[in-house]
Amino acid sequence: MTTMQAITDQNGVKRYMVNLVVNGDHRTVVVKANTLLVNVLRDHLDLTGTKKGCELGDCGSCTVLLNGKPVNSCLVLAVEADGQEIVTIEGLVQQGDTLDPLQEAFIDHAAVQCGYCTPGMILSAKALLAKNPSPTEQEVREAIAGNLCRCTGYVNVVKAVMVAAKRLQEGRGADHEG
Amino acid sequence: MRMVRFIREGGKAMYLPDFNYYCPHSVQEACAILADLGAGAKVLAGGTDLLIKMKHELVVPKALVSLKNIRSLADIGYVEGKGLILGARCTHNDLVNSTLLHQRYLSVAEAAHQMANNQIRNIGTVGGNLVNAVPSADLPPILIALGAQVTLVGPGGERTLPLEQFFTGPGQTVIAHDEILTEVVIPDQSTTGSTYIKFGLRRSGALAVVGVAAAVTVVERVIREARIVLGAVAPTPIRAREAEERLVGNAVSTELLEEAGIRAATACKPISDIRASAEYRRDLVRVLTKRSLRRAIEQGHV
Ligand SMILES: Cc1cc2nc3c(=O)[nH]c(=O)nc-3n(C[C@H](O)[C@H](O)[C@H](O)COP(=O)(O)OP(=O)(O)OC[C@H]3O[C@@H](n4cnc5c(N)ncnc54)[C@H](O)[C@@H]3O)c2cc1C
Repeated sequence: MTTMQAITDQNGVKRYMVNLVVNGDHRTVVVKANTLLVNVLRDHLDLTGTKKGCELGDCGSCTVLLNGKPVNSCLVLAVEADGQEIVTIEGLVQQGDTLDPLQEAFIDHAAVQCGYCTPGMILSAKALLAKNPSPTEQEVREAIAGNLCRCTGYVNVVKAVMVAAKRLQEGRGADHEG
Repeated sequence: MRMVRFIREGGKAMYLPDFNYYCPHSVQEACAILADLGAGAKVLAGGTDLLIKMKHELVVPKALVSLKNIRSLADIGYVEGKGLILGARCTHNDLVNSTLLHQRYLSVAEAAHQMANNQIRNIGTVGGNLVNAVPSADLPPILIALGAQVTLVGPGGERTLPLEQFFTGPGQTVIAHDEILTEVVIPDQSTTGSTYIKFGLRRSGALAVVGVAAAVTVVERVIREARIVLGAVAPTPIRAREAEERLVGNAVSTELLEEAGIRAATACKPISDIRASAEYRRDLVRVLTKRSLRRAIEQGHV
C-alpha cells in the first residue's frame, strides 16, 4: 500500500513528513494526517498573516497561493500539499522591506479597514495580476469574490487592485501617486 | 500555542477527527485499499465537500484515500469516436480554462465558471461534484443534457453508465464504496446547442436555487431533439420529458418554448427551504426552461 513517509509513536499515532516550499524556503513539518495547511502555516511555521475565519471555504481569509493558485488553506490537508509551493502574505514583501505594489496600493487607497480579510484579498489579487496584468474592474471583482470583507470595504479594494495593476504596467511598482 | 491546545482539547472548533491517510499511484491500488478497509474508508479528491462534512462530524472516516498522485485522472482530452473525456480529478477551473471545452462545449466551461468562488474552483473536482450528489450541484444538469457517461472502476473491473442513471437520491448514487469514478465522457453528438442557467441568491459562492440545462438539435428552425435537465427541484437532477416531447418535431416559436416551460414546471417536485419556497422554484423552472431553450437554440453551445 502506498503511504507517505510516516513515524508511528508509542501510542500508535502516525505522523507524516511533509515537505513544502513556503515563500521560497524549503520547510519540513511532521504532522498528523488530519492537520490542515492553515494550521501548519500559523502554528508550526508562525506565519500568522494567514487568517482563520469561517474555516469552511466561504470567507477566504485563509487564502494562500498553492502553486500560484489561490486556495482556502482551511480546506487543504497539509499531507496533500506535500512537495508543493506555497506563498503566504509574508512572502510578498520583496528584498529588504519593500512592500509588494499591491500592498502599497492597499495602503494608499485605504483598502484596509479592520484588516482581517486583507492578506487573502491581496493574494487573490496577486494571482489575478500574474495571469492578467490589466484586468477590468469586473475581472477584479470576480477574482476577489471568494474573499469576504465584513467591513464591506470592497470599493477601495477594487480601486487599489486597479491602481496596482496600472502601476505595474507602467513599471512604477511601489511608487506613490502625486 | 496554548490557545491552540485549548481549542483542540476543549472544543471541536473546526479540527478534523483522526484518520489514516493513503495516497496511491494508480486506480487499481486505490480500489484495493478501499476494498481492504471497508466502508469506513473514503475517497479524497479536492475535499471541499468531504472535509467540511468531517469538520461537522457528519462523516467520520477511518481512512482517506487520496487521488492526488493518480495523474491520469486529471486529464481533459478528446478521443476520436469516443468523445470528450473529463478526468474525475479535473478541477472546476480546469474546465473553465479548457480549450477543448471552449471549442466544443463552452456550456460546460460556463457552468463550471458559475460555481462557488475562485479558491474553491481551484481545488473542487468534477468527480467530487458528481459523487457528492447534492441535488443543487451545478455540473450534473449540463452533463446529463449532453448525454454524458461516467466510468466507475472497482476491484472487480469497470462499468460505464449514463450519468442520468447515476444518482439515486440526495447524497446517494449507484457507486460502491470501493469504486472510483474515473472519467466523464461527453459523446460525439449532433446537438446544435446547449446551455446551463443557474439562479443563485448571489453571483458568487451561492448554491443553485434552481438550475436548468438544455441541449437541442435544431435543423432549419425545427427542433429534432431536446433534452432538458432540472437541478435543485427534486431529490436528484431530473429530465423534463413532457417538455422535451412537446418540442420535438415542432418549429421554434415563443409559444412553444413557453409551453415547454409550463410542462417542466409541472413535472418538477421542488421543496421549500431557506433559499426559496417551492412555489418560487416552480415558477423559476418555467422561466429558466424557456430562457435556456432560447439560448441553446439561438446561440449554440454557450
Ligand atoms: C464555499 C463553497 C461553495 C461551493 N459552491 C458550489 C457551487 O456553486 N456549486 C456546486 O455544485 N458545488 C459547490 N460547492 C461544493 C463542492 O465544492 C463541489 O461539489 C466540488 O465539486 C466537490 O469536489 P471535491 O473534489 O472537493 O470533492 P471531495 O470533497 O473530495 O469529495 C466529495 C465526495 O465525493 C467522493 N469522491 C470524490 N471524488 C471521487 C471519485 N473520483 N470517485 C469516487 N468518489 C469520489 C468523496 O469520497 C466524497 O464523498 C461549494 C463548496 C464550498 C465549500
